[in-house]
Amino acid sequence: MNPKWRLWLGGTLLVAVIAAALYFPALRRQVYKAKDLTEKTAEQARRELLPVTPPSTGDPKIKVKMFWGSHGREGELTPVLVELPLSNDPVLRAKQVLNTLLAGPVDSESRTLPPDAALLAFYILPDGTAIADFSEELRTSIPSGIQSEQVAVESIVRTLEANVPPVLRLKILIHGQEVDTLAGHLDLTQTFRVSAKDESGLKLDNPSAPGSVLPAPIQKAVEKVRRATQR
Amino acid sequence: MGRRNGCRFDILLSVRSLPILFGSLLISGACLLALAQATPPGAQNTPAAAAVAATPGSAQQPSASPVFPRNGLNIVVLDPAHGGTDQGARGTEGITESDEVLQFAAATKKALEAQGFQVLSTREGNDNPSFDDRSARANAQRGAVFISLHIASTGLTGTARVYVEPEVPPSATISGLIPWDRAQVPFQGLSRKLGDLVQVELARRFKGSPDTLQTAPVRQLRTTAAPAIAVEISSVSVQNRGDLETMVPGVADAIARGVVAFRPSYVLPTIAVPGGSVQP
Repeated sequence: MNPKWRLWLGGTLLVAVIAAALYFPALRRQVYKAKDLTEKTAEQARRELLPVTPPSTGDPKIKVKMFWGSHGREGELTPVLVELPLSNDPVLRAKQVLNTLLAGPVDSESRTLPPDAALLAFYILPDGTAIADFSEELRTSIPSGIQSEQVAVESIVRTLEANVPPVLRLKILIHGQEVDTLAGHLDLTQTFRVSAKDESGLKLDNPSAPGSVLPAPIQKAVEKVRRATQR
Repeated sequence: MGRRNGCRFDILLSVRSLPILFGSLLISGACLLALAQATPPGAQNTPAAAAVAATPGSAQQPSASPVFPRNGLNIVVLDPAHGGTDQGARGTEGITESDEVLQFAAATKKALEAQGFQVLSTREGNDNPSFDDRSARANAQRGAVFISLHIASTGLTGTARVYVEPEVPPSATISGLIPWDRAQVPFQGLSRKLGDLVQVELARRFKGSPDTLQTAPVRQLRTTAAPAIAVEISSVSVQNRGDLETMVPGVADAIARGVVAFRPSYVLPTIAVPGGSVQP
Protein backbone atom coordinates (compact mmCIF):
# COMPACT_ATOMS: atom_id res chain seq x y z
CA MET A 1 0.00 0.00 0.00
CA ASN A 2 1.49 3.31 -1.01
CA PRO A 3 1.70 6.19 1.49
CA LYS A 4 -1.08 8.13 -0.32
CA TRP A 5 -3.59 5.30 0.14
CA ARG A 6 -2.50 4.86 3.72
CA LEU A 7 -3.17 8.54 4.35
CA TRP A 8 -6.64 8.29 2.75
CA LEU A 9 -7.52 5.21 4.80
CA GLY A 10 -6.32 6.81 8.03
CA GLY A 11 -8.24 9.99 7.28
CA THR A 12 -11.45 8.09 6.50
CA LEU A 13 -11.16 6.09 9.72
CA LEU A 14 -10.57 9.26 11.73
CA VAL A 15 -13.64 10.91 10.19
CA ALA A 16 -15.70 7.80 10.96
CA VAL A 17 -14.56 7.80 14.61
CA ILE A 18 -15.38 11.52 15.02
CA ALA A 19 -18.81 11.05 13.39
CA ALA A 20 -19.56 8.09 15.69
CA ALA A 21 -18.49 10.08 18.76
CA LEU A 22 -20.76 12.96 17.73
CA TYR A 23 -23.68 10.66 16.98
CA PHE A 24 -23.37 8.60 20.19
CA PRO A 25 -25.11 11.06 22.60
CA ALA A 26 -28.01 11.50 20.16
CA LEU A 27 -28.30 7.73 19.81
CA ARG A 28 -28.34 7.31 23.59
CA ARG A 29 -31.08 9.93 23.92
CA GLN A 30 -33.13 8.10 21.29
CA VAL A 31 -32.72 4.78 23.13
CA TYR A 32 -33.89 6.34 26.40
CA LYS A 33 -36.83 7.98 24.62
CA ALA A 34 -37.79 4.65 23.05
CA LYS A 35 -37.60 2.97 26.47
CA ASP A 36 -39.88 5.62 28.04
CA LEU A 37 -42.31 5.29 25.15
CA THR A 38 -42.50 1.50 25.57
CA GLU A 39 -43.16 1.84 29.29
CA LYS A 40 -45.83 4.47 28.74
CA THR A 41 -47.47 2.39 26.04
CA ALA A 42 -47.68 -0.60 28.38
CA GLU A 43 -49.23 1.59 31.07
CA GLN A 44 -51.67 3.06 28.53
CA ALA A 45 -52.63 -0.40 27.27
CA ARG A 46 -53.39 -1.49 30.80
CA ARG A 47 -55.57 1.54 31.39
CA GLU A 48 -57.42 0.95 28.13
CA LEU A 49 -58.09 -2.66 29.07
CA LEU A 50 -59.56 -1.73 32.42
CA PRO A 51 -63.27 -1.00 32.59
CA VAL A 52 -63.89 2.73 32.74
CA THR A 53 -66.00 4.03 35.62
CA PRO A 54 -69.44 4.58 34.08
CA PRO A 55 -70.56 8.21 33.96
CA SER A 56 -72.75 8.97 36.91
CA THR A 57 -74.94 11.69 35.44
CA GLY A 58 -78.05 9.97 36.74
CA ASP A 59 -76.78 9.80 40.31
CA PRO A 60 -77.94 12.43 42.77
CA LYS A 61 -75.48 15.19 43.58
CA ILE A 62 -74.13 14.86 47.08
CA LYS A 63 -71.75 17.04 49.07
CA VAL A 64 -68.62 14.98 49.64
CA LYS A 65 -65.67 15.69 51.90
CA MET A 66 -62.35 15.63 50.08
CA PHE A 67 -59.11 15.80 52.06
CA TRP A 68 -56.50 17.94 50.35
CA GLY A 69 -53.41 19.68 51.74
CA SER A 70 -53.81 22.71 53.97
CA HIS A 71 -52.75 25.92 52.29
CA GLY A 72 -49.64 27.27 54.02
CA ARG A 73 -49.45 24.41 56.54
CA GLU A 74 -47.38 21.62 55.04
CA GLY A 75 -48.09 18.14 56.29
CA GLU A 76 -51.67 18.89 57.28
CA LEU A 77 -54.96 18.07 55.58
CA THR A 78 -58.11 20.14 55.30
CA PRO A 79 -61.57 18.81 54.43
CA VAL A 80 -63.09 20.53 51.40
CA LEU A 81 -66.78 20.10 50.52
CA VAL A 82 -67.35 19.29 46.85
CA GLU A 83 -70.71 18.55 45.19
CA LEU A 84 -70.51 15.39 43.12
CA PRO A 85 -72.98 12.98 41.50
CA LEU A 86 -72.28 9.88 43.62
CA SER A 87 -73.33 6.30 43.08
CA ASN A 88 -74.86 4.22 45.86
CA ASP A 89 -72.61 1.29 44.97
CA PRO A 90 -69.59 1.52 47.34
CA VAL A 91 -67.05 0.45 44.69
CA LEU A 92 -68.28 2.99 42.11
CA ARG A 93 -68.56 5.61 44.82
CA ALA A 94 -64.97 4.96 45.95
CA LYS A 95 -63.74 5.24 42.36
CA GLN A 96 -65.60 8.52 41.91
CA VAL A 97 -64.18 10.12 45.05
CA LEU A 98 -60.66 8.83 44.45
CA ASN A 99 -60.67 10.08 40.85
CA THR A 100 -61.81 13.49 42.15
CA LEU A 101 -59.00 13.38 44.72
CA LEU A 102 -56.50 12.57 41.96
CA ALA A 103 -57.86 15.36 39.75
CA GLY A 104 -56.85 17.69 42.58
CA PRO A 105 -58.21 20.88 44.12
CA VAL A 106 -58.56 24.24 42.37
CA ASP A 107 -55.45 25.42 44.19
CA SER A 108 -52.73 23.13 42.82
CA GLU A 109 -50.49 23.77 45.86
CA SER A 110 -52.95 21.84 48.01
CA ARG A 111 -52.62 18.76 45.83
CA THR A 112 -51.70 15.60 47.75
CA LEU A 113 -51.34 13.14 44.85
CA PRO A 114 -49.33 13.52 41.62
CA PRO A 115 -51.43 14.83 38.69
CA ASP A 116 -50.30 12.05 36.35
CA ALA A 117 -51.20 9.20 38.73
CA ALA A 118 -54.31 7.16 37.93
CA LEU A 119 -56.53 4.73 39.77
CA LEU A 120 -56.32 1.49 37.80
CA ALA A 121 -58.65 -0.69 39.86
CA PHE A 122 -60.63 -0.64 43.07
CA TYR A 123 -62.54 -3.42 44.78
CA ILE A 124 -63.84 -4.21 48.23
CA LEU A 125 -63.50 -7.65 49.85
CA PRO A 126 -66.30 -9.10 51.99
CA ASP A 127 -64.36 -8.35 55.21
CA GLY A 128 -64.27 -4.62 54.43
CA THR A 129 -60.72 -4.51 53.09
CA ALA A 130 -60.52 -2.30 50.01
CA ILE A 131 -57.80 -2.81 47.41
CA ALA A 132 -56.81 0.31 45.49
CA ASP A 133 -54.49 -0.23 42.56
CA PHE A 134 -52.72 2.92 41.37
CA SER A 135 -50.50 3.52 38.37
CA GLU A 136 -46.70 3.64 38.71
CA GLU A 137 -46.81 7.47 38.70
CA LEU A 138 -48.08 7.46 42.28
CA ARG A 139 -44.62 6.20 43.30
CA THR A 140 -42.43 7.96 40.77
CA SER A 141 -43.99 11.44 40.71
CA ILE A 142 -44.70 11.93 44.40
CA PRO A 143 -42.21 14.15 46.29
CA SER A 144 -40.01 11.74 48.25
CA GLY A 145 -40.14 12.05 52.04
CA ILE A 146 -41.91 10.65 55.09
CA GLN A 147 -44.15 13.71 55.42
CA SER A 148 -45.23 13.97 51.78
CA GLU A 149 -45.84 10.22 51.46
CA GLN A 150 -47.85 10.16 54.66
CA VAL A 151 -49.97 13.11 53.52
CA ALA A 152 -50.70 11.30 50.24
CA VAL A 153 -51.85 8.10 51.93
CA GLU A 154 -53.69 9.96 54.66
CA SER A 155 -55.65 11.98 52.08
CA ILE A 156 -56.78 8.74 50.39
CA VAL A 157 -57.65 7.07 53.71
CA ARG A 158 -59.57 10.02 55.15
CA THR A 159 -61.46 10.70 51.93
CA LEU A 160 -62.58 7.05 51.83
CA GLU A 161 -63.48 7.15 55.52
CA ALA A 162 -65.67 10.22 55.02
CA ASN A 163 -67.47 9.02 51.91
CA VAL A 164 -67.41 5.23 51.63
CA PRO A 165 -68.45 3.75 55.01
CA PRO A 166 -68.22 0.04 54.00
CA VAL A 167 -64.42 0.40 53.62
CA LEU A 168 -62.75 -0.59 56.90
CA ARG A 169 -59.16 -1.09 55.75
CA LEU A 170 -57.18 -0.13 52.68
CA LYS A 171 -54.45 -1.96 50.83
CA ILE A 172 -52.56 0.06 48.23
CA LEU A 173 -51.07 -1.71 45.22
CA ILE A 174 -48.93 -0.16 42.52
CA HIS A 175 -49.56 -1.43 39.00
CA GLY A 176 -51.19 -4.55 40.42
CA GLN A 177 -48.27 -5.41 42.69
CA GLU A 178 -47.54 -5.11 46.38
CA VAL A 179 -44.57 -2.77 46.92
CA ASP A 180 -42.35 -2.21 49.95
CA THR A 181 -42.72 1.56 50.14
CA LEU A 182 -44.52 4.39 48.39
CA ALA A 183 -41.40 6.39 47.45
CA GLY A 184 -38.72 5.00 49.74
CA HIS A 185 -40.24 5.71 53.15
CA LEU A 186 -43.87 4.86 53.86
CA ASP A 187 -44.61 1.17 54.40
CA LEU A 188 -47.11 -0.17 51.86
CA THR A 189 -46.81 -3.84 52.80
CA GLN A 190 -49.52 -3.48 55.42
CA THR A 191 -53.12 -2.33 55.31
CA PHE A 192 -54.20 1.11 56.49
CA ARG A 193 -57.11 1.32 58.88
CA VAL A 194 -59.82 3.46 57.29
CA SER A 195 -62.70 3.14 59.72
CA ALA A 196 -62.68 3.41 63.49
CA LYS A 197 -65.05 0.39 63.51
CA ASP A 198 -64.36 -3.28 62.88
CA GLU A 199 -66.49 -5.70 60.77
CA SER A 200 -69.04 -6.18 63.57
CA GLY A 201 -69.50 -2.42 63.94
CA LEU A 202 -67.61 -2.18 67.23
CA LYS A 203 -65.38 0.84 67.79
CA LEU A 204 -61.67 0.05 67.77
CA ASP A 205 -59.27 1.28 70.48
CA ASN A 206 -56.63 2.82 68.27
CA PRO A 207 -58.11 3.76 64.91
CA SER A 208 -55.07 5.80 63.87
CA ALA A 209 -52.80 2.74 63.84
CA PRO A 210 -52.26 0.94 60.57
CA GLY A 211 -54.29 -2.21 60.09
CA SER A 212 -52.12 -5.03 61.34
CA VAL A 213 -51.63 -7.58 58.62
CA LEU A 214 -53.75 -8.66 55.70
CA PRO A 215 -56.42 -11.29 56.27
CA ALA A 216 -54.94 -14.77 55.75
CA PRO A 217 -56.49 -15.52 52.30
CA ILE A 218 -55.34 -12.17 50.90
CA GLN A 219 -51.92 -12.56 52.48
CA LYS A 220 -51.62 -15.95 50.76
CA ALA A 221 -52.64 -14.47 47.42
CA VAL A 222 -50.17 -11.60 47.82
CA GLU A 223 -47.41 -14.08 48.71
CA LYS A 224 -48.26 -16.11 45.59
CA VAL A 225 -48.02 -13.04 43.38
CA ARG A 226 -44.75 -12.03 45.05
CA ARG A 227 -43.25 -15.51 44.50
CA ALA A 228 -44.42 -15.58 40.90
CA THR A 229 -42.87 -12.20 40.18
CA GLN A 230 -39.61 -13.14 41.84
CA ARG A 231 -39.22 -16.24 39.64
CA MET B 1 -13.38 -71.04 61.46
CA GLY B 2 -11.23 -68.17 60.34
CA ARG B 3 -14.31 -65.97 60.20
CA ARG B 4 -15.29 -66.94 63.75
CA ASN B 5 -11.78 -66.01 64.95
CA GLY B 6 -12.09 -62.71 63.13
CA CYS B 7 -15.38 -61.98 64.93
CA ARG B 8 -13.85 -62.74 68.30
CA PHE B 9 -10.94 -60.44 67.50
CA ASP B 10 -13.38 -57.63 66.54
CA ILE B 11 -15.37 -58.03 69.76
CA LEU B 12 -12.16 -58.14 71.79
CA LEU B 13 -10.96 -54.97 70.04
CA SER B 14 -14.24 -53.11 70.71
CA VAL B 15 -14.23 -54.10 74.39
CA ARG B 16 -10.61 -52.96 74.76
CA SER B 17 -11.27 -49.67 73.01
CA LEU B 18 -14.22 -48.75 75.25
CA PRO B 19 -12.13 -46.77 77.79
CA ILE B 20 -10.46 -44.89 74.91
CA LEU B 21 -13.89 -44.06 73.45
CA PHE B 22 -15.23 -42.87 76.82
CA GLY B 23 -12.08 -40.83 77.33
CA SER B 24 -12.46 -39.13 73.93
CA LEU B 25 -16.12 -38.38 74.64
CA LEU B 26 -15.26 -36.81 78.00
CA ILE B 27 -12.55 -34.63 76.46
CA SER B 28 -14.91 -33.49 73.63
CA GLY B 29 -17.63 -32.65 76.17
CA ALA B 30 -15.21 -30.59 78.25
CA CYS B 31 -14.07 -28.70 75.13
CA LEU B 32 -17.68 -27.92 74.12
CA LEU B 33 -18.46 -26.68 77.64
CA ALA B 34 -15.43 -24.42 77.63
CA LEU B 35 -16.44 -23.03 74.21
CA ALA B 36 -19.99 -22.33 75.37
CA GLN B 37 -18.71 -20.44 78.42
CA ALA B 38 -16.36 -18.37 76.26
CA THR B 39 -19.28 -17.13 74.06
CA PRO B 40 -20.37 -13.55 75.02
CA PRO B 41 -23.56 -13.76 77.08
CA GLY B 42 -25.25 -10.99 75.10
CA ALA B 43 -24.75 -12.72 71.79
CA GLN B 44 -27.29 -15.41 72.56
CA ASN B 45 -29.87 -13.02 73.96
CA THR B 46 -29.87 -10.10 71.57
CA PRO B 47 -33.29 -9.01 70.30
CA ALA B 48 -31.99 -9.85 66.86
CA ALA B 49 -31.32 -13.41 67.85
CA ALA B 50 -34.96 -13.70 68.83
CA ALA B 51 -36.22 -11.87 65.78
CA VAL B 52 -34.01 -13.68 63.32
CA ALA B 53 -34.84 -17.05 64.82
CA ALA B 54 -38.49 -16.44 64.11
CA THR B 55 -37.92 -15.57 60.50
CA PRO B 56 -38.31 -18.21 57.84
CA GLY B 57 -35.05 -18.37 55.95
CA SER B 58 -33.33 -16.55 58.77
CA ALA B 59 -29.99 -17.98 57.75
CA GLN B 60 -30.01 -15.49 54.91
CA GLN B 61 -30.32 -12.50 57.25
CA PRO B 62 -27.02 -10.67 57.40
CA SER B 63 -25.13 -10.70 60.70
CA ALA B 64 -21.81 -9.11 59.92
CA SER B 65 -22.04 -6.58 62.76
CA PRO B 66 -19.74 -6.94 65.72
CA VAL B 67 -21.49 -7.60 69.02
CA PHE B 68 -20.75 -5.54 72.12
CA PRO B 69 -21.81 -7.50 75.19
CA ARG B 70 -22.32 -4.69 77.68
CA ASN B 71 -25.28 -3.77 79.81
CA GLY B 72 -27.35 -0.60 79.34
CA LEU B 73 -27.45 1.74 76.37
CA ASN B 74 -23.99 2.00 74.81
CA ILE B 75 -24.44 1.75 71.08
CA VAL B 76 -26.13 4.06 68.59
CA VAL B 77 -26.75 2.74 65.10
CA LEU B 78 -27.01 5.63 62.63
CA ASP B 79 -28.78 5.01 59.36
CA PRO B 80 -28.12 7.53 56.59
CA ALA B 81 -31.10 6.68 54.37
CA HIS B 82 -30.98 5.71 50.68
CA GLY B 83 -27.65 5.59 48.77
CA GLY B 84 -26.33 3.95 45.63
CA THR B 85 -28.80 4.23 42.78
CA ASP B 86 -31.50 5.35 45.21
CA GLN B 87 -30.85 9.06 45.69
CA GLY B 88 -33.99 9.65 47.78
CA ALA B 89 -35.39 13.19 47.63
CA ARG B 90 -33.88 15.44 44.96
CA GLY B 91 -33.84 19.22 45.00
CA THR B 92 -33.86 21.58 42.06
CA GLU B 93 -30.29 22.67 42.79
CA GLY B 94 -28.91 19.15 42.41
CA ILE B 95 -29.03 18.44 46.13
CA THR B 96 -29.73 14.78 46.87
CA GLU B 97 -30.94 13.25 50.11
CA SER B 98 -28.52 10.30 49.87
CA ASP B 99 -25.46 12.62 49.77
CA GLU B 100 -26.59 15.16 52.35
CA VAL B 101 -27.57 12.62 55.01
CA LEU B 102 -23.97 11.37 55.07
CA GLN B 103 -22.84 14.79 56.33
CA PHE B 104 -25.53 14.79 59.01
CA ALA B 105 -24.53 11.25 59.99
CA ALA B 106 -20.83 12.12 60.25
CA ALA B 107 -21.50 15.12 62.53
CA THR B 108 -23.98 13.14 64.64
CA LYS B 109 -21.44 10.34 65.02
CA LYS B 110 -18.86 12.82 66.37
CA ALA B 111 -21.36 14.35 68.80
CA LEU B 112 -22.43 10.92 70.08
CA GLU B 113 -18.86 9.66 70.43
CA ALA B 114 -18.07 12.75 72.48
CA GLN B 115 -20.79 11.57 74.86
CA GLY B 116 -19.15 8.13 75.17
CA PHE B 117 -21.38 6.15 72.82
CA GLN B 118 -20.11 3.58 70.36
CA VAL B 119 -21.52 4.56 66.97
CA LEU B 120 -22.15 2.16 64.10
CA SER B 121 -23.37 3.19 60.69
CA THR B 122 -25.54 1.25 58.25
CA ARG B 123 -23.54 2.74 55.39
CA GLU B 124 -20.39 4.83 55.11
CA GLY B 125 -20.21 5.47 51.38
CA ASN B 126 -22.50 5.56 48.39
CA ASP B 127 -23.98 2.09 48.78
CA ASN B 128 -27.59 1.11 49.44
CA PRO B 129 -28.08 -1.74 51.91
CA SER B 130 -31.58 -3.23 52.00
CA PHE B 131 -34.06 -2.30 54.72
CA ASP B 132 -33.45 -5.69 56.36
CA ASP B 133 -29.65 -5.32 56.20
CA ARG B 134 -29.92 -1.95 57.93
CA SER B 135 -32.23 -3.34 60.63
CA ALA B 136 -29.93 -6.33 61.12
CA ARG B 137 -27.08 -3.97 61.96
CA ALA B 138 -29.05 -2.78 65.00
CA ASN B 139 -30.73 -6.09 65.77
CA ALA B 140 -27.36 -7.80 66.24
CA GLN B 141 -26.50 -5.47 69.14
CA ARG B 142 -27.54 -5.50 72.75
CA GLY B 143 -28.03 -2.08 74.28
CA ALA B 144 -28.48 -0.13 71.07
CA VAL B 145 -30.80 2.52 69.66
CA PHE B 146 -31.45 3.06 65.95
CA ILE B 147 -31.68 6.50 64.33
CA SER B 148 -32.58 6.78 60.66
CA LEU B 149 -31.66 10.11 59.03
CA HIS B 150 -33.72 11.60 56.17
CA ILE B 151 -34.05 14.85 54.28
CA ALA B 152 -37.49 15.57 52.86
CA SER B 153 -38.38 17.26 49.61
CA THR B 154 -41.21 19.15 51.30
CA GLY B 155 -41.80 20.87 54.63
CA LEU B 156 -40.88 24.22 56.10
CA THR B 157 -37.21 24.85 55.36
CA GLY B 158 -35.00 24.72 58.44
CA THR B 159 -37.25 22.43 60.46
CA ALA B 160 -36.86 18.83 61.64
CA ARG B 161 -39.34 16.18 62.70
CA VAL B 162 -39.02 12.88 64.54
CA TYR B 163 -41.14 9.90 63.46
CA VAL B 164 -41.92 6.66 65.25
CA GLU B 165 -44.04 3.68 64.22
CA PRO B 166 -47.76 3.92 65.11
CA GLU B 167 -48.63 1.73 68.08
CA VAL B 168 -49.94 -1.74 67.34
CA PRO B 169 -50.81 -4.35 69.96
CA PRO B 170 -47.89 -6.68 70.79
CA SER B 171 -48.17 -10.25 69.61
CA ALA B 172 -45.49 -12.71 70.61
CA THR B 173 -45.34 -16.26 69.38
CA ILE B 174 -45.76 -19.17 71.80
CA SER B 175 -41.97 -19.46 72.05
CA GLY B 176 -41.59 -15.77 72.87
CA LEU B 177 -39.73 -15.10 69.62
CA ILE B 178 -40.29 -11.75 67.90
CA PRO B 179 -41.37 -12.07 64.27
CA TRP B 180 -38.92 -10.21 62.03
CA ASP B 181 -41.75 -8.31 60.33
CA ARG B 182 -42.96 -6.93 63.67
CA ALA B 183 -39.62 -6.55 65.42
CA GLN B 184 -40.36 -2.95 66.44
CA VAL B 185 -43.57 -3.80 68.36
CA PRO B 186 -41.98 -4.59 71.79
CA PHE B 187 -39.89 -1.40 71.58
CA GLN B 188 -42.70 1.05 70.72
CA GLY B 189 -42.81 2.62 74.18
CA LEU B 190 -39.05 3.14 74.28
CA SER B 191 -39.03 4.52 70.73
CA ARG B 192 -41.68 7.09 71.70
CA LYS B 193 -39.66 8.12 74.76
CA LEU B 194 -36.48 8.52 72.69
CA GLY B 195 -38.43 10.32 69.95
CA ASP B 196 -39.99 12.77 72.41
CA LEU B 197 -36.61 13.66 73.90
CA VAL B 198 -34.94 14.20 70.50
CA GLN B 199 -37.93 16.21 69.18
CA VAL B 200 -37.80 18.57 72.18
CA GLU B 201 -34.11 19.23 71.47
CA LEU B 202 -34.78 19.78 67.76
CA ALA B 203 -37.70 22.15 68.45
CA ARG B 204 -35.40 24.20 70.70
CA ARG B 205 -32.88 24.68 67.93
CA PHE B 206 -35.05 24.91 64.83
CA LYS B 207 -38.01 27.29 64.96
CA GLY B 208 -41.12 25.98 63.28
CA SER B 209 -40.34 22.34 64.13
CA PRO B 210 -43.18 20.56 65.91
CA ASP B 211 -42.98 20.26 69.72
CA THR B 212 -44.12 16.65 69.70
CA LEU B 213 -43.07 13.65 67.67
CA GLN B 214 -45.04 12.34 64.69
CA THR B 215 -46.20 8.83 63.95
CA ALA B 216 -45.94 7.24 60.52
CA PRO B 217 -45.50 3.66 59.30
CA VAL B 218 -41.90 4.13 58.18
CA ARG B 219 -40.72 0.90 56.55
CA GLN B 220 -37.21 1.04 57.99
CA LEU B 221 -38.43 1.15 61.59
CA ARG B 222 -40.79 -1.84 61.36
CA THR B 223 -38.08 -4.53 61.32
CA THR B 224 -35.81 -2.91 63.89
CA ALA B 225 -35.67 -4.68 67.26
CA ALA B 226 -34.42 -1.68 69.24
CA PRO B 227 -35.74 1.76 70.22
CA ALA B 228 -35.92 3.31 66.74
CA ILE B 229 -36.72 6.74 65.36
CA ALA B 230 -36.53 8.47 61.99
CA VAL B 231 -35.40 12.11 61.90
CA GLU B 232 -36.53 14.04 58.81
CA ILE B 233 -35.01 17.40 57.98
CA SER B 234 -36.58 19.92 55.58
CA SER B 235 -35.56 20.12 52.86
CA VAL B 236 -33.61 19.37 49.69
CA SER B 237 -35.64 22.12 48.00
CA VAL B 238 -33.46 24.91 49.46
CA GLN B 239 -32.00 27.36 46.94
CA ASN B 240 -28.56 27.19 48.51
CA ARG B 241 -26.86 24.03 49.76
CA GLY B 242 -25.34 26.10 52.57
CA ASP B 243 -28.81 26.65 54.10
CA LEU B 244 -29.10 22.93 54.67
CA GLU B 245 -25.53 22.54 55.86
CA THR B 246 -26.00 25.18 58.57
CA MET B 247 -28.41 22.73 60.18
CA VAL B 248 -25.79 19.96 60.51
CA PRO B 249 -24.26 20.93 63.92
CA GLY B 250 -27.68 21.67 65.45
CA VAL B 251 -29.21 18.38 64.35
CA ALA B 252 -26.14 16.43 65.54
CA ASP B 253 -26.17 18.13 68.94
CA ALA B 254 -29.94 17.70 69.36
CA ILE B 255 -29.73 13.98 68.63
CA ALA B 256 -26.76 13.48 70.96
CA ARG B 257 -28.47 15.34 73.81
CA GLY B 258 -31.72 13.45 73.22
CA VAL B 259 -29.92 10.09 73.38
CA VAL B 260 -28.05 11.12 76.55
CA ALA B 261 -31.35 12.12 78.19
CA PHE B 262 -32.86 8.80 77.10
CA ARG B 263 -30.01 6.70 78.55
CA PRO B 264 -31.46 6.32 82.11
CA SER B 265 -34.85 5.16 80.75
CA TYR B 266 -33.33 2.41 78.63
CA VAL B 267 -34.52 -0.94 79.96
CA LEU B 268 -35.04 -3.90 77.64
CA PRO B 269 -38.77 -4.66 77.36
CA THR B 270 -40.13 -8.03 78.40
CA ILE B 271 -42.28 -10.02 76.00
CA ALA B 272 -45.39 -11.61 77.46
CA VAL B 273 -45.66 -15.29 76.57
CA PRO B 274 -48.10 -17.91 77.84
CA GLY B 275 -46.74 -19.24 81.12
CA GLY B 276 -44.15 -16.54 81.81
CA SER B 277 -42.22 -13.71 80.25
CA VAL B 278 -39.12 -13.54 78.13
CA GLN B 279 -36.62 -10.72 77.89
CA PRO B 280 -35.36 -10.27 74.36
